[in-house]
Amino acid sequence: MLLDTAMDFCSTHSPVTSVRTRIEEESDFSDDLWRQVIDLGWTAIIIPESYAGLGLSMTDLVPIVESMGRNLMTTPLVSSTLAAHALIEGGSEEQKNTWLPRIAQGAIATIALAEAEGSWNLKQLTSFGTRTNGKVQLSGSKNLVENAAAADVILISINLEGEPVLALIEKSLIPDGALTREIIIDETRRAYQLDLDGIIIDESMLLASCCLKQIEYATLLLLCAEMAGGHAAVLNVIVEYLNTRKQFDRYIGSYQALKHPTVQILIDMEASRSHLYHAATIWNTATEDELEIALRMAKAHASESFAHAGDRAVQFHGGFGFTYECDAQLFLRRALWCQYQFGDEKYHRQLLAPLLLD
Amino acid sequence: MSVSEQELKEFREEVSAWLKENNPGDPGFLLPESFMEVGTDEQFEYLRDWQSKVYHAGYLGMAWPAEYGGGGKPQVFQDIVTQEMARQRVPFMTNTIGLNWAGPLILSRGTEDEKKKYIKGILSAEDIWCQGFSEPDHGSDLGNAQTRAVRDGDDYIISGSKIWTSLGTYARYMILLARTSTDGPNKYAGLSFFLSPMKVEGVDPVPIKKLTSEYGFCQTYFNDARIPGTCIMGKEGEGWQIAMETLMYERGATGGQAGGLAAMDLNINDVLELAKRSTRNGKPALEDPLIRDRMVQFLIEAKGNALMIPRTRITALNSERPMAVAMSGKLRGTELKRRFCQFALSLQAANGGRFVGPQAIDGGKWQRSYFNSFSATIGGGTSQVQRNIVGERVLGLPKS
Repeated sequence: MLLDTAMDFCSTHSPVTSVRTRIEEESDFSDDLWRQVIDLGWTAIIIPESYAGLGLSMTDLVPIVESMGRNLMTTPLVSSTLAAHALIEGGSEEQKNTWLPRIAQGAIATIALAEAEGSWNLKQLTSFGTRTNGKVQLSGSKNLVENAAAADVILISINLEGEPVLALIEKSLIPDGALTREIIIDETRRAYQLDLDGIIIDESMLLASCCLKQIEYATLLLLCAEMAGGHAAVLNVIVEYLNTRKQFDRYIGSYQALKHPTVQILIDMEASRSHLYHAATIWNTATEDELEIALRMAKAHASESFAHAGDRAVQFHGGFGFTYECDAQLFLRRALWCQYQFGDEKYHRQLLAPLLLD
Repeated sequence: MSVSEQELKEFREEVSAWLKENNPGDPGFLLPESFMEVGTDEQFEYLRDWQSKVYHAGYLGMAWPAEYGGGGKPQVFQDIVTQEMARQRVPFMTNTIGLNWAGPLILSRGTEDEKKKYIKGILSAEDIWCQGFSEPDHGSDLGNAQTRAVRDGDDYIISGSKIWTSLGTYARYMILLARTSTDGPNKYAGLSFFLSPMKVEGVDPVPIKKLTSEYGFCQTYFNDARIPGTCIMGKEGEGWQIAMETLMYERGATGGQAGGLAAMDLNINDVLELAKRSTRNGKPALEDPLIRDRMVQFLIEAKGNALMIPRTRITALNSERPMAVAMSGKLRGTELKRRFCQFALSLQAANGGRFVGPQAIDGGKWQRSYFNSFSATIGGGTSQVQRNIVGERVLGLPKS
């Protein structure tokens, strides 16, 4: 089963010691690891067979991304998959022919939707494109672009004559100095600012349709998978400490002040998984409203509860929890990053309200 | 026996029409949500009449054997009736312990005489049943029951007391767990199980007044009550085993129940419906952003709970801590209900301060449900004990 393979692979290749070593490196993944991910076929999962992919579904990524999240493993798999998804949903035939087989074989792609303001409204864009003679001149900047330095192609959103559009920028068009690494709360990831000023792309690089909603939905599904995995792992970190640390001659897990909130963390994790698996189950068959409700419920619940689990993990480790050496901080940082990408719990609840209440 | 889809469809239409026609409607007083909350004679009579009517129409115990008073039909017919009853929100079947616990137990392991004597009266609600398991000093520790049953000639003499006996004053029979011996190898070995009459000298069910100010269950005192020796089910010493089988029926872990709607539990959609007709500062309450947010939170939580059930059917989705979902079910469900009832009061503005009566919103059912919700967060092991159990058995944490 895919889940078993994924669990084995991620725990073997991403023990927490190597996660910590990676933090110090410039890249968040090794070429060797990426090669193995490609060999497993994971980069080809959602790509249709007609473009040299496996023709499977986005939901087949769920157990993989959940396993990666559980082991804090970082690779460009999610970024590449999301860019491929955007091409499948909104790309021209030529764009698909050019890029999908390459992504299936391991070319790295990423999506650049966020901007300096950090708005979750993906249509609120202050980076621009101006058409001149079959070309599009870009200006402004994109932010928090994951894996941008490693990417062969970046898919950006811009405001083109008042409308949001998506466009591809090949690596060769990005001038020196246009990518700056950003300092982010989750040190296991790499994210960059991309300055667009001076970049000129061909009009053929614009996507035929601006499928921001489809990108958002896929991102929510995979973020929830990552969070479910992280939540399960940080629960294990807590349980391990509660079962080994003694104070006042007793294992601290015997104190109900620690035991009872840990049970709540377990219950919250199970609820996060239930929402995630539900969204994955109906991914291919649901009406748009049903899918939107399922995904926003999943993200709202996971954002809040994973961040809470990380917060409590630090606290329950006492003085050790305050140190960099304690693994609790790795998960708290991961949780906070995931919480604030693509909408936190309050944002999604606000969008759910009219769907559920009116 | 196979039943055609067409036959089932027609049956569903027939039941639906019958329920619409015969729904006893608003009694003019607040109905209880379940058999545990039946507190007045008028509530009881209303519910007993309704169960009797449903049974005599052929819609209760449909899958129980015909020779004892059941319908002798495939289970699917009863399931359709139960679904339609829930959908139309008709009142529940009040003889719950008889229908769902004692009845299937008697059918499963009772003698021919016992089946003939008890089954029909259970279905018609002529014979109400209650349960005598918990004792005042042994709430969750059932195996430690101390009520004594001492053999005396052809009879047993019962002494001691049982608590939380719902329908105790109305019941004709009790499923009773009592101690026939104190010198077995362990506390369980001395327990025996009785189908015990309630209307005999020395059995005294005393109603307990609840925090709602209503009566709903009793403490049942046994003052050397003499019952026939034939009341024992199985043999002396088999009581624990039979009680455990009873709990399987009680928790719905095993089929065989008579069916019919067992409770009219309020759910999160009822809260939403209340929110939709509530006002705040002269405007619809659902325009208040705080109320909206809280309401959405409850809907997410309720959906999460509902989604746990299908998940447990797929092993791979529960592989790491396979018991986590099942063992936390009571804790999750009962605590959610307690909190959403609290929230329902807050939707009523100053009227949240009213209680059961004609001026209260919905007759005060939210206030009453909030108070009654503690029966589930306390009964069957308090939420605090549940957290210990989940922490120790699921997470492997040390004992407190």
